[in-house]
Amino acid sequence: MTVYFKQDEPDTSNRLDGMKQGVLGKSLSRVEGLAKVTGTAPYAAEYHIDGCAEGVLVTSTITRGEVVSIDRTSVLSMPGVIAVVDDEKMSTRAAQGTANEAPMQGPRQVCYWGQPIALVVAETFEQARDAAKHLKVEYREDAAAPLDPHAVEPEEQEDETVHQGDLAHAMAEAPHSVDVTITTKGHASAAMEPHAAIAEWDGDKLTVHASLQMPNYNITELADALDMEEDNIRLISRFVGGGFGSKLGLSEEVVAAALAAKQIERPVRVVQSRQQVFQTVMRRSETTQRLRFAADGEGRLTGFGHEALVSNLPGETFAEPALQSSHFIYGGENRELMLKVARIHLMTAGSVRAPGEAVGMPALESAMDVLAEKVGIDPVELRLRNIPERDPEKDLPFSSHKLAECLKQGAEAFGWQKGVRKPRQRREGEWWIGTGMASASRSHSIAEAKARVTLKADGTALVETDMTDIGTGTYTILAQIAGEMLGLQPDQVLVELGDTRHPRGPGSGGSWGASSIGSAVYIACNAIREELAEKAGTSEDRLELADGRTAAGQTLADLLQGKDISQEGHYEPGAIEDDFTAAGFGAFFAQVRVNHYTGETRVDRMLGAFGFGRVLNASTARSQCIGGITWSIGLALTEALEFDPRDGHLVNCDLAEYHVPVHRDVPDLDVLLVEERDGAASQIQAKGIGELGMCGGAAAIGNAIYNACGARLFDYPMTPDRVLAAMPE
Amino acid sequence: MTDTITVNGTAHPMPDDPRVSLLDFLRQHIGLTGTKKGCDHGQCGACTVIVNGIRINSCLTLAAMHDGDSVTTIEGLGTPDEPSALQRAFLEHDGFQCGYCTPGQICSATAMLEELAANWPSDASESLEGRMSISGEEIRERMSGNLCRCGAYANIVAAIEEVAAGGKS
Repeated sequence: MTVYFKQDEPDTSNRLDGMKQGVLGKSLSRVEGLAKVTGTAPYAAEYHIDGCAEGVLVTSTITRGEVVSIDRTSVLSMPGVIAVVDDEKMSTRAAQGTANEAPMQGPRQVCYWGQPIALVVAETFEQARDAAKHLKVEYREDAAAPLDPHAVEPEEQEDETVHQGDLAHAMAEAPHSVDVTITTKGHASAAMEPHAAIAEWDGDKLTVHASLQMPNYNITELADALDMEEDNIRLISRFVGGGFGSKLGLSEEVVAAALAAKQIERPVRVVQSRQQVFQTVMRRSETTQRLRFAADGEGRLTGFGHEALVSNLPGETFAEPALQSSHFIYGGENRELMLKVARIHLMTAGSVRAPGEAVGMPALESAMDVLAEKVGIDPVELRLRNIPERDPEKDLPFSSHKLAECLKQGAEAFGWQKGVRKPRQRREGEWWIGTGMASASRSHSIAEAKARVTLKADGTALVETDMTDIGTGTYTILAQIAGEMLGLQPDQVLVELGDTRHPRGPGSGGSWGASSIGSAVYIACNAIREELAEKAGTSEDRLELADGRTAAGQTLADLLQGKDISQEGHYEPGAIEDDFTAAGFGAFFAQVRVNHYTGETRVDRMLGAFGFGRVLNASTARSQCIGGITWSIGLALTEALEFDPRDGHLVNCDLAEYHVPVHRDVPDLDVLLVEERDGAASQIQAKGIGELGMCGGAAAIGNAIYNACGARLFDYPMTPDRVLAAMPE
Repeated sequence: MTDTITVNGTAHPMPDDPRVSLLDFLRQHIGLTGTKKGCDHGQCGACTVIVNGIRINSCLTLAAMHDGDSVTTIEGLGTPDEPSALQRAFLEHDGFQCGYCTPGQICSATAMLEELAANWPSDASESLEGRMSISGEEIRERMSGNLCRCGAYANIVAAIEEVAAGGKS
């Protein structure tokens, strides 16, 4: 049976709080954790399949043009080489998240340096890698390949544009105004597991083990790319070694492995090298952002402007949505917002953890720090004075709003010293020490989701969906939701994920996974409870279940009489999406040390306070938050994609040259989970937390750098050379 | 010359192809996929294993160079039924998220604690000689070759500190 529920109204029933098992929200260890810490959890490339050949991608060494010829004979005589695949169906870019159609295909047309153009298949990885390096390719180069986003006429993203009132006039009239331009560099997801696929055909049936965040979309993308029926494809992604947006859309190795396996009539494994992952998957666009504020004498905004220039390849729909939270986080009746995208021939730009706010919020919150200084008030107080009652553009109510609580509780827990702030107040030896803060905001997303829950005759439960766990905690929180509803300890609930044979989930992305698939599991469990109540001679709302028994002492096995109960929950967000502005909110506080002589910044301590609806597992939720804060540190201080201005190739395409934070860069981190119920966010009153932790945190660090040493920077990352250049005498 | 590599106590014949890295030997030739390939260039630490008691990046060394050596991988440290103290501490402190860097973190931490016990100094040490103290900063410095993109560092350090202190803190 399928139970469909479309959520048009906020949930006010608080049913989950009325359940008796008491496991939801608790800090339970991950149910798949033992497999991960003992190395027994299999990731995409790690399935042993007899007769599997190894494929290595060959990538373009020109920026734009055409592959004129590929000399197969240059490698086919090498030991172990089986085939050179350059099928026209090979994909040349990863699909954008939720594309739901084939990514760009046709490897002969080159649009960026590093684009896949062929696959060499051999008996062993070493043979394939060697042959891939020796493959002779002839190109025809197209000279016109713009690479600088500032050198082309950009396209306006009209659905982002807001003209409200007269910002220029408001700024001219206001006692305080700010007009600053802030830049951010490109970023890489750099998930630890490289993109990988093993494809195997059985007649016209294709099975692929792959590392994907959204099998529910990816199966459609693959079917479209191969011109197949979805029913003939099975995707398996049980363990995903990190995604951060890079595995949202179908990536090139999946299509290549499938085509190669078909061609040579053997299973084929393709694992992208680290350098290929950097160059062929997704970059976060660099941004140039102009922030303009007009404020009255008390710091209340009368005008708010945020314009951003981002870039992408021709033909891509994605434009880094840097203004996403700027539309609603602060008031100001005179508003100017505009997003423009420059078409250039760097690698594909797409979603990297928290697309939009990851770079938009640090820019906004840097500018807010400037405003606080101009007005002469505490930066926390400045934020508190500018929280709008309703969405300032759409005039909608907020589904819930915890920004003020997060600011206050965070300041208290951090030991924030209130008042007007002056830089350079504390020095220890070579080090200036200071503090800074920023607001956090991440717009909430929710998606259609399906999950099957089976209460087995033995009193255990099974949850099945193609939803993934990319380190987010899906396995565990679904066991907790089902356990809570059905009166079971989570270890009595088996959760099977990442297999398209199961009902379609929402996929992991945009922080929508837990609230969407959790709602589907809730709906399925509710239907099971109704059947159980009937068997127990009561009503669902009176049915109390805990530890496998009813309040009257009947065991689930007794009630079930040898028969399973299986229900598929089908959740779809309805009017709640249109009737409210929904977001996770929070606040960051950081203390840094800045070296007077070298410009090096070290983060001494950092705290984040976050309100994101119901907490499903305090431990995994906190882990998402510390992960986000860690990314904030990288974004603030070290992470920057560097492209060669001559040919657009990504120069720092590995983990030695692209500097993600390492252990010593990250101090102990404090996280406050500001608990709330947001019934308009999802049926389980939860929002997402995978991204909020990096939506503004970099500005807390940047603002702390200014407070410490007086260097006011408007360019991220704030590397030592930049800090030194801005350091006052 | 034994023409074998001993992995977790079992001797395996060396691979024929001299290009095979120790990492690919473990993963592809003898099926021990607990050791992860994150970068293949010694930049991420996901492939950390313990060779003759010393932690190394198994991607940066060829299997052919390990004739007669004894290799311990994550599978040799503990099992789901009998996890090691560090494996258990990682689980309890949520010292991982996606889990891909985790075997490398745990192998690295296992050998790192031995290095501390043997008073090997690090950049974070106050002195190059004498007894090394176990501090968060020492652990962070010594673990900095093991990247975790999920950002579980704070929890990883807490897990290692607990084991270094001799059990539950």
